[in-house]
Amino acid sequence: MYTDKVMENFRNPQNVGVVENANAKYTVGSPECGDIMEMSMRIEEDVIVDIKFRTFGCAAAIASSSMATQMLKGKTVDEAVKLKNTEVIDALGGLPPQKIHCSVLAEEAIRGAIEYYKNGRQE
Amino acid sequence: MEKRRVYLDYAATTYLDKEVLKEMSPYFTDVFGNANSQHLFGRDAAKAVAEARVKIAEIIGSKPNEIYFTSGGTEADNWAIKGIAAAYEGLGKHIITSAVEHHAVLETCKALEKKGFEVTYVPVGSDGVLDLKAFENAIRDDTILVSIMYANNEIGTVMPIQEAVAIVKKQNHRIYFHTDCVQAAGALDIDVNKSGVDLMSVSAHKFYGPKGIGFLYIKNGVKLDKLISGGNQERKMRGGTLNVPHIVGMAKAFELASLHREKNNAHIQSLRDGFIDRILSEIDNVYLNGSREKRLPGNANLSFEYIEGESLLMSLDLEGIAASSGSACSSGSLDPSHVLLALGIKIELAHGSLRFSFGKSTTRKDVDYTVDCLKDIVNRLRAMSPLFYQLPSKKTNV
Repeated sequence: MYTDKVMENFRNPQNVGVVENANAKYTVGSPECGDIMEMSMRIEEDVIVDIKFRTFGCAAAIASSSMATQMLKGKTVDEAVKLKNTEVIDALGGLPPQKIHCSVLAEEAIRGAIEYYKNGRQE
Repeated sequence: MEKRRVYLDYAATTYLDKEVLKEMSPYFTDVFGNANSQHLFGRDAAKAVAEARVKIAEIIGSKPNEIYFTSGGTEADNWAIKGIAAAYEGLGKHIITSAVEHHAVLETCKALEKKGFEVTYVPVGSDGVLDLKAFENAIRDDTILVSIMYANNEIGTVMPIQEAVAIVKKQNHRIYFHTDCVQAAGALDIDVNKSGVDLMSVSAHKFYGPKGIGFLYIKNGVKLDKLISGGNQERKMRGGTLNVPHIVGMAKAFELASLHREKNNAHIQSLRDGFIDRILSEIDNVYLNGSREKRLPGNANLSFEYIEGESLLMSLDLEGIAASSGSACSSGSLDPSHVLLALGIKIELAHGSLRFSFGKSTTRKDVDYTVDCLKDIVNRLRAMSPLFYQLPSKKTNV
């Protein structure tokens, strides 16, 4: 059902936790839906220097979070907002059709966090 | 910890007993005749089928001609419900079932709703046992059929079938009572004289028999329409060449299950109870779903708070342990179990529920290994869960 890449990221997820001194964070999903994804980042000079996640969800949700954080570390905020869920899926070697929404959740969490950062910076 | 392979999904299916396989084996190759053929090859096969029918009838306390072989539990459920509905729709178009039935019953009822039937889904209590008061209130003048499972497939709760039958027959003798006995057969005494049901579905692969075979008990005198049209098999009620080896295997498996029921149940229940006790005492925020007492001996259904069930299931799988989230038939879906929601369990807890079902080959080592793995996995997944951290009083052990 899952690719080796998904299982690898589920078994050994990267960047789990909460970034200290985060200046970008966002949570998407709800316990009722069975998925909650929380992203926190430290952004310096528009570059993501640290990024972590915590996820309540299925193996695909955890793997998507792990993969997305790996793809974004060291990237600029402009690059981050352009990250598409399909790129996360490709990096995972594919997701089952009923699990596509897990990658969408990752995309939304990242967008939300970046927005939080941009709004915070303006204030 | 040395890795093991542990099967704790006996409620989904069991392995075929070697003794059963041995009994079946000649009927694939040597005694291969069509049981409906008149010649000697056919007669040999027919004799085996007749013997199997007698064996099964003896176990459930029925007459042999009240046993109708089917392709399994789902067909038997479909036949009982659709067959009665079609035969008696002139008398009424109301059916009563429960909110926690297997999809084989629920989806059949939904299909009938589309054809103009009205279905009442009687609730269960928070213990997962049929609410008899609500059940009694659901009976109407135009009710023609009741279908209540003998024991639930997800949480293992045993329903008060005898009481429910008594309520129905006291009120209205014209209402037929069907029970989906798929989970209970093999584990419980399902004598139809004791329960008083009119129709009963059974599947062989839940009691170490082959897959793809089951039967519907139809009490003599109950008339229902056919589900499968065809030849003259099964007293002209169910077309299709009889699956002789599987029928022989089902009878043998049922005989063994019945013969060793007490011994098997004692073994299974003691392991299951030890498992539940260890989990509840060694892992925080875990809940047993469904009544602990009115429960099949091999079932444990637990909610692990702050964790989503599929990730728990996959983590167990990586350790070589097979359990189930919801029922195997619905585990591809993202919706939480209709059974757990019917118990009034919070939806996020329903998402974090797993069924562990024990069988006659389960060992103490299997149980201990599973609990040890679960403790690590639960800690690991909770450490990842934003729900767990949100509560200031909860500290992870990792």
